[in-house]
Amino acid sequence: MLAYLIRRLFAAAVMLVVIIMVVFGIFFLVPKWAGVDIALSFVGKQADPAAVAGVREKLGLSDPIYMQVWEFFKGIFAGRTYSAGGDVTHCAAPCFGYSFKSEQAVWPVLTDRFPVTLGLALGAAVLWLVFGVAAGVLSALKRGSLWDRSAMVVALAGVSLPIYFTGMLSLAIFAFGLKWLNAQYVPLDQSFTGWFGGMILPWITLAFLYAAMYARITRATMLEVLGEDYIRTARAKGLREQTVIGKHAMRSTMTPILTMLGMDLGALIGGAILTESTFNLPGLGRAVLDAIRNQDLPIILGVTLITSLAVLLANLVVDILYAVIDPRVRLA
Amino acid sequence: MTTQRTSGRRKQALAAAAVVAGLLTTAACGGGNDSGGGSKNGAAGFDAANNKVAQASAVKKGGTLKFGGAQDADSWDTTRGYYGFMWNFARYYSRQLVTTKAEPGKAGAELTPDLATGLAKVSDGGKTYTYTLRDGITWEDGKPITSKDVKYGIERVWAQDVLSGGPTYLKDVLDPDAKYQGPYKDKAADHLGLKAIDTPDDKTIVFHLPKANSDFEEMLALVSASPVRQDKDTKSKYTLHPFSSGPYKFESYNPGKDLTLVRNTSWKQASDPIRKAYPDKITVKFFSNANELDQRLINGDIDLDINQTGMSPQGRTEALKQHKANLDNPVSGYIRYAVFPQSVKPFDNEHCRKAVIYGADHVSLQTARGGPIAGGDIGTNMLPPSVPGSEGQKYDPYELAGANKNGNVAKAKEELKACGQPNGFSTTIAVRNNKPVEVATAQSLQASLKKIGINAQIDQYDGSQTTGIIGSPANVKKKGYGIIIMGWGPDFPTVQGFGLPLWDSKYILQSGNNNYALIKDKTIDGLFDSYVNATDASKKPGIATEINHKVMEGGYYLPFVFEKFINWRSSNLANVYTTDGYSGMYDFVNLGLKNPK
Amino acid sequence: MTELSKSGAAVGEPTAASHAATAFLEVRDLKVHFPTDDGLVKSVDGLSFKLEKGKTLGIVGESGSGKSVTSLGIMGLHTAGQYGKRKARISGEIWLNGTELLSADPDHVRKLRGRDMAMIFQDPLSALHPYYTIGQQIVEAYRIHHNVDKKTARKRAVEMLDRVGIPQPDKRVDNYPHEFSGGMRQRAMIAMSLVNNPELLIADEPTTALDVTVQAQILDLIRDLQKEFGSAVIIITHDLGVVAELADDILVMYGGRCVERGPADKVFYEPRHPYTWGLLGSMPRLDREQQDRLIPVKGSPPSLINVPSGCAFNPRCPYADVPKDNLTRTVRPELTEVGSDHWAACHMTQEQRERIWTEEIAPKL
Repeated sequence: MLAYLIRRLFAAAVMLVVIIMVVFGIFFLVPKWAGVDIALSFVGKQADPAAVAGVREKLGLSDPIYMQVWEFFKGIFAGRTYSAGGDVTHCAAPCFGYSFKSEQAVWPVLTDRFPVTLGLALGAAVLWLVFGVAAGVLSALKRGSLWDRSAMVVALAGVSLPIYFTGMLSLAIFAFGLKWLNAQYVPLDQSFTGWFGGMILPWITLAFLYAAMYARITRATMLEVLGEDYIRTARAKGLREQTVIGKHAMRSTMTPILTMLGMDLGALIGGAILTESTFNLPGLGRAVLDAIRNQDLPIILGVTLITSLAVLLANLVVDILYAVIDPRVRLA
Repeated sequence: MTTQRTSGRRKQALAAAAVVAGLLTTAACGGGNDSGGGSKNGAAGFDAANNKVAQASAVKKGGTLKFGGAQDADSWDTTRGYYGFMWNFARYYSRQLVTTKAEPGKAGAELTPDLATGLAKVSDGGKTYTYTLRDGITWEDGKPITSKDVKYGIERVWAQDVLSGGPTYLKDVLDPDAKYQGPYKDKAADHLGLKAIDTPDDKTIVFHLPKANSDFEEMLALVSASPVRQDKDTKSKYTLHPFSSGPYKFESYNPGKDLTLVRNTSWKQASDPIRKAYPDKITVKFFSNANELDQRLINGDIDLDINQTGMSPQGRTEALKQHKANLDNPVSGYIRYAVFPQSVKPFDNEHCRKAVIYGADHVSLQTARGGPIAGGDIGTNMLPPSVPGSEGQKYDPYELAGANKNGNVAKAKEELKACGQPNGFSTTIAVRNNKPVEVATAQSLQASLKKIGINAQIDQYDGSQTTGIIGSPANVKKKGYGIIIMGWGPDFPTVQGFGLPLWDSKYILQSGNNNYALIKDKTIDGLFDSYVNATDASKKPGIATEINHKVMEGGYYLPFVFEKFINWRSSNLANVYTTDGYSGMYDFVNLGLKNPK
Repeated sequence: MTELSKSGAAVGEPTAASHAATAFLEVRDLKVHFPTDDGLVKSVDGLSFKLEKGKTLGIVGESGSGKSVTSLGIMGLHTAGQYGKRKARISGEIWLNGTELLSADPDHVRKLRGRDMAMIFQDPLSALHPYYTIGQQIVEAYRIHHNVDKKTARKRAVEMLDRVGIPQPDKRVDNYPHEFSGGMRQRAMIAMSLVNNPELLIADEPTTALDVTVQAQILDLIRDLQKEFGSAVIIITHDLGVVAELADDILVMYGGRCVERGPADKVFYEPRHPYTWGLLGSMPRLDREQQDRLIPVKGSPPSLINVPSGCAFNPRCPYADVPKDNLTRTVRPELTEVGSDHWAACHMTQEQRERIWTEEIAPKL
């Protein structure tokens, strides 16, 4: 088990380095191949040559990518010192650098944005788990019924409608039309009720998409499980039907659901880009969206690192959980 | 000013817009139609603040003035900001020797003393400018603002390697050979080694220009000429908390999220003839969803859009229908146009350029820009209406708004014949991919060119790389961009502030080029020289007019519109007006509230 | 008209009038039909038999002949847990210990399941829940029907595991099914089935998934346990070899119906239906010299939606043309008594069948 963990963590570390290299590569090489000088997009419309040179130095355009990746990781663990044109700044560990656009240190941005995204992801996850799984189980048990068909149509809509559509729609109806909710983000440490009120629509919107997916998966899995021999055995023992479903069938149904949950949460913790930008939530997703628009590599790198880390960790947790849920799985 | 709300995100939302818009109009019908003068809810009326002051007497001191925006400033560092709204907003926390008058319309473009006791004493044939500072001017910590602080602030423009992004006019005019290295590399103990500026005492500052420039004082009115105190200069981090010389100071700033200014208690009203400082607090909230921003405006959650680039199509439609009294429809100062690089054949031939100008359907281009209200009047020449010397639509050498407004196929074919391409030719239209409206104009142009035998392909390039892609003449030639769709607004409202980088041959650069047409016309260069050297200010508009005529006669440009915007002002805003000083935006600095909340 | 054989296990013709059964288990004219998009699947189409306690009935047939459907029908598992799907249509009567199960309250039947009647399934790996330990699953089976605490139930589970021959039962009780070998799993399954001392045990292909040596052990175990508990046992198999060792009576099913039934030795030594002959021919026998000459029954099992007219076996029957007037293909043969308690459904005359058996079939076996 320990050896397994160490191996997995090592693989994760390698993966992270590769991911960071790829991001660097995309950022620096793609414009180069396209014959575009990215330094020019940071200097304003007068493009003073000194400014272009300064930006090149600041962006590290002259260093090879492996050096930049090295500096990047060195900064995280040991801190690093930036100096350009007489402007010397020491950035203490964990140093993720400074935003090209806003000049703020990346690490505080990440720690500032992370709780927003976490709150969004966890709140939505609770909603979609409860409603998605319940709807899926009911649909499976009432297969072919009116309930099942309408639930699956709604689920299909949930899966296929883009978040910005459902999000705008819910804003239009509940926030601007009926004015039930103000739907503006308020930080949790300012006011719990304000935060909660502001999060309701984002939660529901995000949960709608996932609940739809979970309902479909739950339904399919439940139907498959109900066809299993051991369910028949459970009935043959004389178990009550609610025990057969609630205990024997649910246990097996929840396994793929938990796997999915781990992956989805991992990905969402890296930023629910569409939800955050639709509802104007200052989370990681919006940070990275703005960063991409502004070509703000350090922020992109920081968020990418968090996202990758979250996904890799989620994978690890899911694997370990899997071994706990399913005794047939051994970690070695 | 190059500010525009990046509208890439709108594309996603546009799909949803139709349905949502329908819902909104039914859901929000409580508002009622309040167009026309005044309304029950206190809105001042359509265009009530366009070039005139609305609700001037209703203003009360105090309260929180709430801005919203879809885009944060490029930088809040006075040296580095280039966005128009940033210049406008920066007057809250920065002062300059001179600034534009806090008055509506044309008067708002005129200069008036700010930190200085009066406008410059110009001597030495326009090569020496002398200012004396007022008494009682202070920093946010109460220390007085000295001439050395002003000099240091201006010197920062030289530190382009650290502080890139802002306008460099002052550097180009005061030190054209770039001898000074900037304050951070300055070996002098006080880091005030720039020879062109003298500070004989704390109250006096003298500028020595190597060559006269009739617009020099306009350049001193830019926020990049604001004072910066050396011990408060955090260099590249200055944008996060500029040290205030104005009536408000930074309380908190989270880039891309929000910004809060509070009263600078050290600022004295008596020392400041311009700023009224009505609200107690100013907040800016940034939205990632332009449609939500518009809804918040309509809802009354925020007072105005800090970006001042007009509402998005959906919010605009709703607002025009139901809340017309909250809207103004000013001219933005921008001209939207197509430009023909002469390096790409056959646009080296002026007849081929004119064929495109005649062949285009100008009404359809205007419609693509948003129509006469949201898009603007058909552009007939290349000088924005807010720039002295402009004749507006009266100067229409190609009758774009007249006889030829739907395109003149016969005339276009004549020009094609004269160009030696009687059967037309093929070319490429380059357009930014993150501006749906520009893509729409490119498509409109493509359609009308087809009628005269010009087969144009549209190349949507990465809009975030504009400077790198179309700012490189070599790249433009290589890609064969015969037609480039762009827009331009004045940095300061003169022909120099608008047209010099576009039309003067000295401004053809290998990278970061803005003279896309590659105009090398000795007459135009000469006219700019005489403009810059003009000692008699009253001659300047005439020269501007002449430059405009020369540019139009060359057929380098096909103007689409003199741009107009639909801007929202909340019913609670008081003392609100648009100003030519900031290209048709509301003048932020003296906005107040009717009901301070 | 019903007759009991001397052995006690007997099969009888369906009776028209419904009256309480005298046998411990009596199935009368059982029909299990499944509506599908393609038509009505008549998995069991009129099956009757009786079984006394302490006796063993072997139901033999190919897959799809309806034998498993019959066993699930007795257990009431066609109706329990049928969600939304088109439900199975079941008719007839199933009497267990004086109670008619098809018309009884489903919850009453549920209480009988696992207590009075229990079932052993074919593949113990898939029939045991992979996420629960053997012990948990046995304890659960015990505690549904007995109001005891977990400790007592666990003791009972260990006892049962010991009884079915699992070594170190107190340790193995905490193992998961996948940690058991195939034979051990089936022993555990049997332990679970017998934990409540059921009076009726249905073993559905209990050895099919196991290798040959283990098969014999499991069959021995079932036989021993039957003696010990005195239960009635139904063994369902496609393998005549299995029932040869265990069964008192044999019922051969084809196409959802019974084609031959009778005491085991009769069916083995004087079979009177060509399908039974086929089964015997395909049975591997240790005493046979030519091991390589297994003769499978040619052709494939009949469609249960469009059952062939006449004798359902006629398309595969080498003797289909023996009866006159194309009878085989037009008239369905009824079960007729061909010996003492020995019934078969075939149009051939008794003499024809005896001759073919003694002259053509038996010598080759």
